[in-house]
Amino acid sequence: MALQGTCRDVGDIAVVDFSGRITLGEGSATLRKMVRDLVGVGKRKILLNLADVDYIDSSGIGELVGAYTSVRSAQGELKLVYLTKRVHDIIQITRLFTVFDVQPDEAAAVRSFR
Amino acid sequence: MVPPIQRLEVTLDTELESVDLAESIVMRVAEAAGFDEDEVHKLGMAVREGVVNAYNYGNAQDRQKKILLTVEFEQDQMIVHIVDEGMGFDLKDVADPLAEENLLRTSGRGIFLMRAFTDELAVRRGPTGGADLMMCKKVPDRKSGNSGC
Repeated sequence: MALQGTCRDVGDIAVVDFSGRITLGEGSATLRKMVRDLVGVGKRKILLNLADVDYIDSSGIGELVGAYTSVRSAQGELKLVYLTKRVHDIIQITRLFTVFDVQPDEAAAVRSFR
Repeated sequence: MVPPIQRLEVTLDTELESVDLAESIVMRVAEAAGFDEDEVHKLGMAVREGVVNAYNYGNAQDRQKKILLTVEFEQDQMIVHIVDEGMGFDLKDVADPLAEENLLRTSGRGIFLMRAFTDELAVRRGPTGGADLMMCKKVPDRKSGNSGC
């Protein structure tokens, strides 16, 4: 299933609910565009909800890293929440838990933003 | 478990759709060979990464070039070859994506994932000088529950 993302605001935090696969091509491009657009309109606190993302490949992981660095470059914060087991496993074996702030649930994530 | 086929060869075009196609073919073959759902997923993903490598780096997205996917069973192993028409490469030249200085790179994790999800990964020169990427995985023995080369 192609990646789809829906944005909503929780206070000053932009939450993006993604569903589908983050893979080379359309999925990666959708993620890149959504994060870039949010940064473009001034959002600096971005939470990616990956509860319905059941697949991510190395290109998708690269896109997540790119999103993280672009938000950081804009002096913002990007966090992840609700990882599925497969996404969790990929992030774990690629050592990206040392990079991403992965929150257990949305309430905790919202509290964790400065 | 006796695999349903002994050898399957598919010539893929150098296009994005070939990535999904290769993944889907290998997942079906692996499922029929008795791999469990998790291993089928891992094998599919390893092949996906291999074909992405051939599409992006080997054939440099040149539509005139082809990608050859071969799946075969030898004794108790499933062996996958992905051959491109590029310049080839050496595994020792691939940067470690787990190294601190590479963690924020947006690419370079494909080979690592192929290694992580199969029992063996090797790269040789293919017939046209491109990379012949070989992955192998031991077919599970349903009686003993063993899976792993």
